[in-house]
Amino acid sequence: MNTEIRDNILQDIREYLGDDLLELNMKQTYPLLLIPRKRIHDTCRFLKNTLHFAYLNEIIGADRFTSEDRFEVIYHLVSLRDRWRLFVKVLVDEEQPLLPTVSDIWKSANWNEREVYDMFGIRFEGHPDLRRIFLPEDFKYYPLRKEFPLLGVPGSLEMPNTTPDHD
Amino acid sequence: MELEKKISRKKPTYFREHQEALYKSLEDKHATVEVDKSDPLTTRMTLNMGPQHPATHGVLRVLMELDGEVITKCRLDTGYLHRGIEKMAENKTYQEFMPYTDRMDYISPYSNNVALCMAVERIAGIEIPERASYIRMICCELARISSHLLWLGTMIMDAGALSYFLWTFREREKIYDIFDEVTGHRFTVSHSRIGGVNNDFTPAAVEKIRKFIREFPDELKGWHKTLDRNRIFVDRNSGVGAIDHEEAIAIGLAGPSLRATGIAYDIRTFEPYLHYADMDFVVPTRTEGDNLARYYCRMEEMAESVRIIEQCFDKMPEKGPIRVDDAKKSYPSKDEVYYSMEGLIHDFMMTDTGVCPPAGAESYHAIEAPKGELGFYIQSDGTGHPWRLKINSPSFSNLQGLETILDGEMVADTVVLIGGMDPVMGDSDK
Repeated sequence: MNTEIRDNILQDIREYLGDDLLELNMKQTYPLLLIPRKRIHDTCRFLKNTLHFAYLNEIIGADRFTSEDRFEVIYHLVSLRDRWRLFVKVLVDEEQPLLPTVSDIWKSANWNEREVYDMFGIRFEGHPDLRRIFLPEDFKYYPLRKEFPLLGVPGSLEMPNTTPDHD
Repeated sequence: MELEKKISRKKPTYFREHQEALYKSLEDKHATVEVDKSDPLTTRMTLNMGPQHPATHGVLRVLMELDGEVITKCRLDTGYLHRGIEKMAENKTYQEFMPYTDRMDYISPYSNNVALCMAVERIAGIEIPERASYIRMICCELARISSHLLWLGTMIMDAGALSYFLWTFREREKIYDIFDEVTGHRFTVSHSRIGGVNNDFTPAAVEKIRKFIREFPDELKGWHKTLDRNRIFVDRNSGVGAIDHEEAIAIGLAGPSLRATGIAYDIRTFEPYLHYADMDFVVPTRTEGDNLARYYCRMEEMAESVRIIEQCFDKMPEKGPIRVDDAKKSYPSKDEVYYSMEGLIHDFMMTDTGVCPPAGAESYHAIEAPKGELGFYIQSDGTGHPWRLKINSPSFSNLQGLETILDGEMVADTVVLIGGMDPVMGDSDK
């Protein structure tokens, strides 16, 4: 794909976000935007409706293990028309791990947000069905946080009896 | 009396909150189907299928509410095969983690190895030798054929014909033999290395692959003959689970399921990796978006894979290195390790620390695995372990779509639809 269209897309994003575009990282193969929490919902809507990033590929959660803005959530978008990928990053604080949902913009955000919630405990406001996706609801920890031990927490999950005549 | 006591005690008491939340979520789900309430024979029931059910291809649990024979709404419960391999990845070096990827999509382990190694090569800036990339391509395409063969056998078995399972497994057995000859393992191959592959093709392996691609198209033709116009098969699949392209993008389908709706989204052409840009092949698409369209897409993909392998053999350099000759980027060859001091030190360093991408780097690389886009998002902190490694697995995306597709279908079509989507729970549950 020619660079002109890509430059236009980036220009549109710059114009739309203005000062709220905190960082535009072009060091890797795909651009990585850093935007504030409060702009994530309308930016996503803008990217989908105006710039044709119609396909939400995945939502990535990560734990930076810092005292401020501990978690980051990265939205991986694909433009099928312009054959390009875009990564949009927001930082989430540990005290208030809350983000607006984008499942009303892309339906496919549903399970991806559930996965981030399951692994990091970041809640998505307005999500239609925010349950854990891999682990059972009875599990009280968030395993991909850095403080969670690799071997797990003994006794954190009640397991079925292995002996048939056990009370 | 004794017996009654025993039976009543057998109620599942564990994971109670999880069970309650799941059933409540099914209650809350917005029903998309208008049901004729005036029909006196309508019976409402909640049906729980799996996780131990042979047609769910592993441990998928489907919870559905039925109105007669129609599924009014359904929920999928995944996670029964969750092993936390993303957490494991954070505690292993990149090369140590590679064998774990075999266990993700265990139907096509070679693709997973290549996907991880290429993601690490991108973030660490490693270029692999030409011959290695052709070996990767050939084996990836063999893995694609192998995966689609399993899909074909089991999907048609779900639709009621048992013999295809035996025929496709006879062909899969040949691919196992090829992998045995190439890599030393039949199933979990672990052949790809960061910076190349483990070992070169032997002449016997080349002969086996050439024999396979010579004979396989005839088999494929035979299956086309018996299935394409097979009344039972077509009736069972045509119009079942149909979805249009806008909905397919919205719910994030991947791979052949997405291409069956008319979107030619294939990473091999979307952003060519290895030498796919030099290859002459087409991306099969259909526009119907139903289960029959998915069948045609996958069948044609197998034929295209054979074409790609033929072209690879034509363009592949006869001789050449199969791994980067740089001790900081890749394992030294075994000859070096056994007969030189430096080789031994480098081997130790690679095992102990391994490849160290620059600190703060974040990178994504995807390949077209048999089931769709398989990508790895890696965040590096400058050590030999990834800080965060996120797997973008195609089965996860497809299962999410399945939850929407199943709404409004007949309950008897559930197994065919799961078969047509071709999920692998090891891939989806991570």
